[in-house]
Amino acid sequence: MKKVISIALAAVMCLVLFAGCASNTNTAASPSTAPSVAPTEETLSGTVSTNGSTSMEKVIAALSEAFMAKYPDVVVTYDATGSGAGITAATEGSADIGLASRDLKTEETGLDATVIAIDGIAIIVNKSNTVADLTLEQIASLAKGEVTNWKEVGGADAPVVFIGREAGSGTRDGFEAIVDVKDACKYEQELTSTGAVIAAVAANANAIGYASLSAVNDTVTAIKVNGVACTEATVLDGSYKIQRDFNMITKQGAELSSAAKAFMEFALSDEAASIIEKAGAIPPK
Amino acid sequence: MRNKRPAQSLNSRISAKRRLYDTSLKALIYISAGITLLLLIGLIGYIFYRGLPHVSWEFLTTQRKVLEDKIGIFPNILFTLYTIVTALVIALPIGIGAAIYLNEYAKQKGLVRFIEFSTETLTGIPSIIYGLVGMLFFCQKLGLKSSILAGSLTLVIMILPSIIRTTQESLKTTPQSYRDGAAALGATKWYAIRTIVLPCTIDGIVSGGILAVGRIVGESAALLFTAGAGYVLVTNYIKALSVSGGTLSVMLYVYVMENGQFDVGFAIASILMILVLIINISAKVAKKRLKRLG
Amino acid sequence: MKARNITEKVMNLIFIICGMISIIAVVGISAYMIISGLPAIKEIGLTKFLLGQVWKSTASEPQFGILPFILSSITATFGAVLIGVPIGLLMSVFLSKIAGPKVASTVRPAVELLAGIPSVVYGLVGMIVLVPFVMEVFKVKSGSTLFTAMIVLAVMILPSIVSVSENALNAVPKKFEEASLALGATKIETIFKVSIPAARSGITAGIVLGIGRAIGEAMAVMMVAGNVANMPKLFGSVRLLTTAISSEMSYASGLQKQALFSIGLVLFVFIMIINVILNTLLKGGSRNEK
Repeated sequence: MKKVISIALAAVMCLVLFAGCASNTNTAASPSTAPSVAPTEETLSGTVSTNGSTSMEKVIAALSEAFMAKYPDVVVTYDATGSGAGITAATEGSADIGLASRDLKTEETGLDATVIAIDGIAIIVNKSNTVADLTLEQIASLAKGEVTNWKEVGGADAPVVFIGREAGSGTRDGFEAIVDVKDACKYEQELTSTGAVIAAVAANANAIGYASLSAVNDTVTAIKVNGVACTEATVLDGSYKIQRDFNMITKQGAELSSAAKAFMEFALSDEAASIIEKAGAIPPK
Repeated sequence: MRNKRPAQSLNSRISAKRRLYDTSLKALIYISAGITLLLLIGLIGYIFYRGLPHVSWEFLTTQRKVLEDKIGIFPNILFTLYTIVTALVIALPIGIGAAIYLNEYAKQKGLVRFIEFSTETLTGIPSIIYGLVGMLFFCQKLGLKSSILAGSLTLVIMILPSIIRTTQESLKTTPQSYRDGAAALGATKWYAIRTIVLPCTIDGIVSGGILAVGRIVGESAALLFTAGAGYVLVTNYIKALSVSGGTLSVMLYVYVMENGQFDVGFAIASILMILVLIINISAKVAKKRLKRLG
Repeated sequence: MKARNITEKVMNLIFIICGMISIIAVVGISAYMIISGLPAIKEIGLTKFLLGQVWKSTASEPQFGILPFILSSITATFGAVLIGVPIGLLMSVFLSKIAGPKVASTVRPAVELLAGIPSVVYGLVGMIVLVPFVMEVFKVKSGSTLFTAMIVLAVMILPSIVSVSENALNAVPKKFEEASLALGATKIETIFKVSIPAARSGITAGIVLGIGRAIGEAMAVMMVAGNVANMPKLFGSVRLLTTAISSEMSYASGLQKQALFSIGLVLFVFIMIINVILNTLLKGGSRNEK
């Protein structure tokens, strides 16, 4: 019986490993049978590791799926750790491409930022909230904790629950810079991703938060800012003020693998533009 | 006849104060048991109730596709398997070897006690600290980046102390007379260990291994920061080692916290619970079977 | 014979190497923690670090006071233990002494199942069920509070306490209990005045195990506690030592990163202290019995 168990376990393990090796030999065989001189699309292989902004999740997921459909031998991975982490990863070389939903700061040297999309930061409230429009000043006072009850801005008599992001977030950085509340925000909760903020606002009738437009779904309401609704069009023409760039961050002077280079070029190409729009962001002009 | 007094009449012979003590504590016990049982049934039931409807064959065997709005966790099941296999393949030999060294070969008692104390302490360290150290050492310093290999190595350091401990305990239960008998018959040390001591301890080693598997399946904090949360299918084991891959527990956290997809989270939770059930049952079965043979 | 000698020597060497690797791994972690954790403490100043009440790690004038985290961790663990230990202990009494064998053998696997469930599952249920519940029932702004974390942690440590205490109670020699009953004590009195004190060291081990698990939990707490670096308020958003590390770990650099290692070191020291207390309690307990 012991022998049977150990043989069975060994067989399962071998199956797993051989399944892996088998697929490797299959894909390794095909390039050699293709008669070509110049590197064709089929020979691009390897891994591209991206790491960073949680707001860019949808855009990167869409882009990488389309890219991997084009080049089946390439694996593009994405770790949602936050813009700050993405920049750190690019600096330390722990990822091929860092993702940041903000521009580089002056102290972040040695890095190149390539804009692949523009995104709006939607101010979201719970679906049951009657407030539909706020000025930038009102939003600032809500964020700073100066206004603590919804009735002061035209809503119901209920406490304000302001939900924000963690300190390294590009979304938070963009929000605080444009609304001018840097280092002065009093958050009720500090969550670590755009999706978490949306979920928290959807769950609490008195909540208000900020999240990437590309991630906003119909579980929350995106209110107007200074009378301007947050849509792709208003972000593109600049009338919606709270917006920021989606950047791919690479280390200056570091040699990118051909797969990573191809991925970056793909993100900036015309066929990527429709994919980016589908994901909810705006391709750069 | 006079000795067979039923319990009830005994109670009538004790003071009111003691009766009060008796009934109130009995009530507390039943209340606690009730709360615990309710929690048990409630938790298990709720997770299955919200999760099982979303567990379909497609869910289990395909990969997530955002462009087509489809969810699949097959890559993550594979990544969990890869992580378990890699971590065990490295940790078991080293751990068992170290335990054998500590129990059979080491001469200085001080060294042995020092290691025992360290392994004891290390089993209690929170996994987030292992994640921190693993991220710094394996991902950044050794340049492994976010990969299954880095995650597995971090797990090796996490489970090594408990494997050493359980193997050592098992070795200690083998009677010294076995070893003495073997030596008296002229067997060399390694020969005696291989043929007599190890077969006796195999049940302890297996249960230690299964315990480790359980711990790996449940691990999220350490793996999130060292192995990442990738969801792209990579079937080649060697390639997968260098890719960022999320195990099931990590993906539960990511899908819930980052995407707000609670249904997916509950589905993964249901699968995890079934997995834990299988692990627990196999641990019991293995222990029973091997003890009979050992 | 010579071949066997060579095999012997080789195996001897292999085992020594395994031992060395384990020692390096085991000691290396501790050493790495200490070495990485000290620079920030030196730069920030020990008292300012441990007793400072403001944590603003990414502000233009960063402040690194971790008192809020220390107090939140202690309060959360204490609360979890306060809720979890009595219920767990009484449940183990139920399983060990009161329930019939059939009931016990059905319930025990369920308890073991719960003990093995990943913490993220507890966090998920806590987030979906408990957070709205707390918000409704206690009329607070948001249900992600210290209180919610306490309950989630209590439920998490419950199975471990039940299992370990049940084992300890089962190991109490029957003759202790029979002697007590023969002297006229009721079953309940026997349990609480004889069995539990006799199983004291095992039960303490279970409690310390629970404390260790509660103080070290990061993921589940991140899902239910709100994550703001406040001083602990029962119905306010808190950040513990563990979630402080996990919130900022991925993007920290420079002094902030070193400060996170220092938090790890503080956590490490806390757990060492708990282990030492465990060892003294156990030794003290068994000495009393002799």
